[in-house]
Amino acid sequence: MKYNQIRAMLAITKASLHSIVRNPSAVVFNLVFPLIFIIVFGFISGGRYKIDVAVEKDSDMNNPVLQSLEKISMVNLVKNKPTAEMNSDLEKGKLDAVVRFSRNEKGILVIDLKMTKASPENGNVFKMMLNQIIDKQNLSVSRPDIPMTELKEQVVEGREYRTIDFILPGQLGFSLLSAGVFGTAFIFISLRQTLVIKRFFATPVSKAVIILGESLSRLIFSIFSSVIIILIGTFFFGFTLVNGAVTFINMIILSVIALIVFLGFGFVVSGIAKNENAVPPIANLITLPQFLLAGTFFPISNFPEWLQPVSRALPLTYLNEALRKISFEGASIFDVWYNILILVIWGIIVYAIAVKVFKWE
Amino acid sequence: MSEVIIQVKNLVKKYEDLEAVKGISFDVHEGEIFGLLGPNGAGKTTTLEIMETLREKTGGEVIIDGLNIDKDQNEIKRIIGVQLQSAGFYPNLYLYELIELFAGLYNVEVNPDEMLNLVDLIEKKKSKVKELSGGQKQRFSICTTLINKPKIIFLDEPTTGLDPQARRNLWELIKKIKSEGTTIMLTTHYMDEAEVLCDRVGIIDKGQIITIDTPDNLIDDLIRTGFERPRLLKLATLEDVFLNLTGKELRDE
Repeated sequence: MKYNQIRAMLAITKASLHSIVRNPSAVVFNLVFPLIFIIVFGFISGGRYKIDVAVEKDSDMNNPVLQSLEKISMVNLVKNKPTAEMNSDLEKGKLDAVVRFSRNEKGILVIDLKMTKASPENGNVFKMMLNQIIDKQNLSVSRPDIPMTELKEQVVEGREYRTIDFILPGQLGFSLLSAGVFGTAFIFISLRQTLVIKRFFATPVSKAVIILGESLSRLIFSIFSSVIIILIGTFFFGFTLVNGAVTFINMIILSVIALIVFLGFGFVVSGIAKNENAVPPIANLITLPQFLLAGTFFPISNFPEWLQPVSRALPLTYLNEALRKISFEGASIFDVWYNILILVIWGIIVYAIAVKVFKWE
Repeated sequence: MSEVIIQVKNLVKKYEDLEAVKGISFDVHEGEIFGLLGPNGAGKTTTLEIMETLREKTGGEVIIDGLNIDKDQNEIKRIIGVQLQSAGFYPNLYLYELIELFAGLYNVEVNPDEMLNLVDLIEKKKSKVKELSGGQKQRFSICTTLINKPKIIFLDEPTTGLDPQARRNLWELIKKIKSEGTTIMLTTHYMDEAEVLCDRVGIIDKGQIITIDTPDNLIDDLIRTGFERPRLLKLATLEDVFLNLTGKELRDE
């Protein structure tokens, strides 16, 4: 009878799955932690910390109101954005407002303010700011009875963007990262130290199949966790799945791709760490900065500018961003090809290192 | 004399700065228990691991049941059972699940209950390895070497660290496996164990085989040289006293 490696792989996967679900820390990290964060952030409706305002391209840029706005650090002014993109961002709540500055025939500065129902609070805060600036400037001129500036406002329809819509993809991303890194690193070090792998080598199973079998079980467990997180978010906290099941499936496919990349980090850690005690510091070095900087809790546009390139370098950033695009904007897996490309590049780098540092005994 | 099932010829293993095995040769016969005896660091485990396909040799030849270790590693793996010194098991699994895991790895069908019955662990079916006593652990470990119904099993210091009762219990198990026709090769540094269990022993020291024979012949040879124990042996040993006082039944269940 010919030896069947697939059968051996499935035996490993089954054993590994049994082991994972009986291991409290795996369940806590994959499922309980993300859910706690989702619940906490689901209840405290933390607003965003910056107001994103786009200035229409054909605006008269040389005006005192715009100059004053530029001095307000809370306001993030976006220029040079194509009009179509600007309008769609406004509908999605990615922009809080769009302004257009122009002068009418009397030389009065006219401000067209477009706000969105997708982000009513921020829009109103911005309107108040704008009014204050206008009042101040109108008062400062010699003839206060003739207004220098006129404000026209308009509110566009948009989907409401809730905190959960931001938090859940971030938590999902982080859950995948920590499952990939911690889970894999611990199990391979433990199997190596207790000579379980060596005992496996005394059977006809191939090395690749041992790794595949283990990876498959992590994948199954993590995807199961992701499904639970998304379902709980959707049914209990009003998480937006724009196109329902299609969006859900796209999120799961993306999760699979990302987890495969993150497993690579786990293999690297298991190769570098001398024993189990060395895993947490090394694994935290990989996961914590991404937890904080990859837009898990806050949009990375909130970070100081010198820090943003760091965020832009992290794989989790691209996963989080892609998950949000899929869930809220209804993008498909193909629309986020750029994010996937970056993840794949990370994957290639990480697996190249893993092949070098991975140890069997 | 029965057929030769294992042939080791001029086996050499060099590590970077040390020659652990310096050209040893021996045969193991089908159906016997062959013991490799020697102090710690003599090269027992290295020799065994090369035969188990777990370590590359530097030189020499190993033939197991007609299969050459250089070419037929996977075929050899399928007909041998291996117990490693102080090896653990996949974490968080019950005994019957571990047996199923090995059955998958060997591509064989087994009934976990039957396997556990064989080593008297059927009541522990739903226990984890870490809940077992030392003797039970070793019995389970031997159980996992039998899953693929091997022709030969390799046991590396199977009784190290066990109490006298558990050792005797394990000896019975090893004899039972032999009686079913399995060839057994084991290492030990307990001479009483070798004397009770082994049909033939090879004594290895500093990477070289010093002598190979039956325990009886080796003892007789020594006596013929005029050797005498400095203190005349009493008719009982302290171990006999211990077993007489504490009983022979196992303590670990």
